This record gives sequence, structure tokens and C-alpha cells, in this order.
Amino acid sequence: MICPDADLLLEIVDLHARVEDQPILKGVNLTVRAGEIHAVMGRNGSGKSTLSKVLAGHPAYTVTGGSVRYRGADLLDLEPEQRSRIGLFLGFQYPVEIPGVSNLEFLRVSTNARRSELGKEELDTFAFEDVVRERLEVVKMDPAFLERSVNEGFSGGEKKRNEILQMALLEPAVAILDETDSGLDIDALRIVAAGVNQLSTPENATLLITHYQRLLDVIIPDYVHVMAAGRILRTGGKELAFELEERGYDWVDAELASESRSVAEVAG
Amino acid sequence: MMASLSDTDAAALAQGMATAPWTQRFLDGLPAPAGELETVQWRGREALARQTLPSRRDEDWRFTDLVPLLAVFDGTAPTAGSSGGTDSPAAASALPPPAPDTVRLLLDGRNDPLAGQTLPAGLSLLGEGEWPLALGHTLAATGCQAHWPVELNQATASRCLALRVSGAVASTLELVSVAGADVSGAAEAEPGATQIGQRLTPVRVLLLLEEKASLNVLQVQLGNGPCLSSLVCEARLGRGSTLRHGLLAFGAGEACFLGHLAVEQELESRLESVWASRGWALSRFEPRVSQAEGGAHTSLKALQLAEEHQLVDTHSRVVFEGPDGQLEQLHKAIADGHGRSVFNGAVKVPRLAQRTNAAQLSRNLLLSNQARIDTKPELEIVADDVRCAHGATVTRLQQNELFYLQSRGISAAVAAGLLKRGFCQEVLRDLPAAAAGWEPLKRLLAEA
Repeated sequence: MICPDADLLLEIVDLHARVEDQPILKGVNLTVRAGEIHAVMGRNGSGKSTLSKVLAGHPAYTVTGGSVRYRGADLLDLEPEQRSRIGLFLGFQYPVEIPGVSNLEFLRVSTNARRSELGKEELDTFAFEDVVRERLEVVKMDPAFLERSVNEGFSGGEKKRNEILQMALLEPAVAILDETDSGLDIDALRIVAAGVNQLSTPENATLLITHYQRLLDVIIPDYVHVMAAGRILRTGGKELAFELEERGYDWVDAELASESRSVAEVAG
Repeated sequence: MMASLSDTDAAALAQGMATAPWTQRFLDGLPAPAGELETVQWRGREALARQTLPSRRDEDWRFTDLVPLLAVFDGTAPTAGSSGGTDSPAAASALPPPAPDTVRLLLDGRNDPLAGQTLPAGLSLLGEGEWPLALGHTLAATGCQAHWPVELNQATASRCLALRVSGAVASTLELVSVAGADVSGAAEAEPGATQIGQRLTPVRVLLLLEEKASLNVLQVQLGNGPCLSSLVCEARLGRGSTLRHGLLAFGAGEACFLGHLAVEQELESRLESVWASRGWALSRFEPRVSQAEGGAHTSLKALQLAEEHQLVDTHSRVVFEGPDGQLEQLHKAIADGHGRSVFNGAVKVPRLAQRTNAAQLSRNLLLSNQARIDTKPELEIVADDVRCAHGATVTRLQQNELFYLQSRGISAAVAAGLLKRGFCQEVLRDLPAAAAGWEPLKRLLAEA
């Protein structure tokens, strides 16, 4: 839902980042307002996942230029945990298994960190169980998964449901979902997508990172961005995703090539 | 915290002289042999006098320096009661009430553990005609009867808790030993007790499980300040019997621990042993299992923590003397600060032990640059039709796990604690339920 007067949540300006000595992001610009759903598409290696990890504060990535403001404040200054507490959520492409740490306790500690930031009362074990059981409905998850270790031995679909369950508990203002559709069969995809739709409100925004149109059949984006070579090359409406589905990414290469030619001409 | 040896002791150690001055002083300081184990004490003292102290020139002790232990008895460590403080695991007031369906016996190697206690159904004391014959049998069968820590225990323990187990015992047997400062009232110094006697708490246990018997036992060994907690536990598992054995060994300050667990298993018997150890200046634990005819099941799980300047050493040994035996062994260690963790896991599968199925895994978490981990699986397999797996890993906290937790609003410190606790839980969750009430274990879980 596009509303030009809605609150500015995320403002990415000329963002550059590298991993080890390899520059990956080379000038990303993106503005996200409350109520919007953005899809970021692009080939493998275009920098989509790097963008999500940089936003979440992954220590392996170094920001080398540009800025990211979240609700007007400098996001890049904050530790990863602080970013989560103030309402930024990253749904992992590959959720991490943590043996020996109970999923229920993990969810509770995490939820309380966010609640504490919002000035809400922390939930004890019993109160939290009530909250989590109600939220399980969002992703139709079996309560048995609460008793297990975090993601340990979960199937791909169960891990993704667990991610959306965390999103449902943390109620972020900006949710970045990195390839949430990967590894899901069509039924699991529908459940996860329904969960995301249910959690989407005029007050929050979602950034979907995906390869495929099929996720965008069930979560309708307001904007589609195509990433290539560490930048957003083109932005359009949902029809841009259909175009990509039909034409593939070859035109992206052509566009990049002509761009570098024109840059060369200007330089020459 | 550590006292150094005098020059003469160091020289004696270096030369491997018989009856090192330390041993002589130690023996001289002991009260005269007495009690039901008087003859065992005499033999133990003779053996100590003959043996040289274990030193780092012995392959089995090459990482493990006895200095902190020798210092306990050298008058170089502070006197009992001067250290430990409020976080002492051994404060008498810290003894929690026994868990439901648990019978607790206090063992100090001197007083009668059964005073004012009734043994649960299925347990009975071995008679005077029985235990002297049985005592030491399993030590010999597992090849540790002459080990220095065993002789030290034999030289000093004047009592042994010797029990026969018949049928399925419903209650958990909890055997508690508190060494060092602020010992509970039950173990108040007897008249004439020497300082060495006060600093050493030798516990000797003998369990004979009859055919198809089953028993849950939790041993709690606590030590605080300059003291030695010494444990020798022998168990013989009759055909089809089951022993679920837990050991909580928690020390503080200069306290040291020496433990031997020797188990003989007959066909179709089951041993499930889980132990957790923390806080000892020096700890050496040697679980030794012999499957007398193979065909039994052995499960060994351990967690040991080496922090500050502590040294924690486990030498385990499992021998299959017949076919179709099974072993599952998981040994976990955390080394932090300047701590050092040592694990040596011997598994012997001779030719007659065909179709043995054994798996040993050593997993280690290294949390500081000054800490050290030495782990060595030692599998000796002669039989050809066997499945023996082993593995050892030493890792730090995983960055991807830390980041995942942090990305959910959990601070780096809390995330590290959760991961550490997760590492511990894989072992701790298998401790007998009665372990849950013990403060040092609760503290480990709360801070980790």
C-alpha cells in the first residue's frame, strides 16, 4: 500500500559494502515508507542477500560508504541486537540450528528484549506460553517445535515457519525476508505467505528478497527492484516482476553493458 | 593460588625417588589405621611409600601436574576455613533438601553414613563375610588397583559403603561428600584428628548389582578451599542389571578432586554414567569399564569445565572382553581463562570382541586464548568385524550462531551464555533428576 505521506522507515543512500576484500554493494539507494511492500529481485551474486545482512549488522560485512537511516536515526551505528530491538527484523535464508538452546526459551528472551525496548512489561514463562501459542496460529506451526532446540533437525519448511513465528512475536517495523520462499513446497509457501500478509499493516513495511515470481503471486509488492552488480538497476511496480519472469535477466546484462559503454564514452 | 613445591620435593619428583619427602610427610601426618578398613589402609600406605609420585614424565600424567594437590597437604596452602567465601559450593547451609524419592547418605570416609537412615527396599549392606572379598575386585579387573589416586584413597579411608542391589530400586540413592572448609556438622573433626585428616575426605563405595537389578545413584562430591575430595567407586553389574550413575563434582578455590569409577559389566547389563565437573584447582577422574564377556551396553557422558588456572583431566578406559558390546561415549569440555582440559579416551577391542559397536566423541569449546585443550581418543582395535567411530572437535563459539541470536535482540554476552549453556545441556539434561536441586549446578545453568 503506497501512501506518500506515510512515515519514512528506512532510507538507504549510496550504500557500499564489502566482505573481506571483495566489494559487493556499490551504491544502493532505497527508500521504504510505512505500509509498503518491496520486492528485491536479481540474480545470484547481485548483492541481494548482502544488502539484507548489512542492514541486520552481520559482522562479516564492512560498510565502506553511504548511509542507512532507520526512522531518521543512523542504523549502521547500532549493534545487531539493538537493530532488532528497535524494530528491524531479518528472516534468514538459512536459519541457524542451535543445539541445546530451547526454541521456547530463545523466543521468550528475544521477545522480551523487544518488549523491554518498547517499554512493555517482560513476559514470564507462563505468560509467554499463552502469547506464543496464539502466534503459532499465524504459521500453523506444531507446538511440539517449541520444545525442541532452536531449528535443530527442523525441515526447510519448519525453519521458515519458525522465522515467521519470530517475526510475529517481535512485531518489527521493517521486516527483511531473505529468500523466505526458497526450499518451500507450494503448501508451505502459501502458509508462510499468508503469515506475512497477516502481519503486514499500514504501520510496518516488508522487504522481500526473492528470485522468483511465485512468492509475489501471494504477497503482492508495491515496488519491485532489480539488483545487479551491487546496485538497484531498475525500480517498477509489480508488473516488473512479471516482465522478469517472462524475459529473464538477460536484459539486465544488456543494460549494464550499455551503461558501462556510455560511462566510457563520457569518460572518453 | 598455587603454592610451589619446596626444592627438596621438586628434586625428589625429578629423580622419581621412592618415598618422596612429600609422601613421607603425608604418611607421618595420618592418624593410625583404624576402622573396618584398617588392613586396607595398611596396604595402601605401604604402597604409597613404595610408589613414586605420578609425574609429568609418566605418559598417563604428562599434562597433569600434582603441585596444587601436594600443596594442600604441605602447609603452604591457607588453613581450612580461610577461603571459599560465599560462593562456596560446599557450605553446609547449601545442602538442598533431598529431591522426592531420594535417599541421601553423607559419606566422609570416617563416620557411619547410615546413622539415622534407612536403606530403601532392594538395598542391603554387604555382610562382614562378603565385602572384604568383593572389595578391590573390580579395581583389579579394570587394571587400576595400584593407581596412585586409588592407593591414596585406600591409605586413608576407614569406611566403605558396600551395598547389594536386588531387584529394581525405586528410590534414587544420593551419596554426598563434602570436603574442606565449613563441612556440615555431621563431619565435625573427631578428637585427635590430624590436619591431614581434616583436609582429605576419602569416599569408598562398592555396589554389587544382582541379576536384573536396577539402581539410580547420584554421587555429589563437593570441595572448598585447600582440601582433597577422593573417590573410589566400584560397581559390579550382574547379568541384565542396570546402573544409572550420575556424578556432580564441584570444587572451589584450592580444592582438588581425584576420582576412580571402576565398573565390571556382565552380559546384557547396562551402565549409563553422566558426570559434570567444575571448579577444581586440579581434577583427575578415571572412569574404567570392563565388559567382562562383551554383550553389554555402556553409555558415558561427561562435561568438564576448566577455568581460571584449573586443570581438569579425565582418563577413561573401556575394554570389551567379549563380542557384541556397545559403547556410546560423549565427552565435552569447556576451557576458559587460563584453564586446561585434558581428555584421554581409551577403548580396547581385542580379537575376541567381534561385532563391537563403539562410538566416542570428544567435543571441546575453547573460550579464551590462554586456555588449552588436549584431547586424545585412543582406540585399539584388533577385531575385524566391528563398528568403531570416534571424533574430536575443538571450536570457539560459532559466529553464525552468535549473529543469529543477536539479530533477535539478544546481546552478545547473553547470546554467548545461551550457546555455552546449550553446549552443556547436551550432557546435563541426562543427569539424574535429583541433581537439579544442587546449587552449583543451578549456578552453572544460570550464568552460562
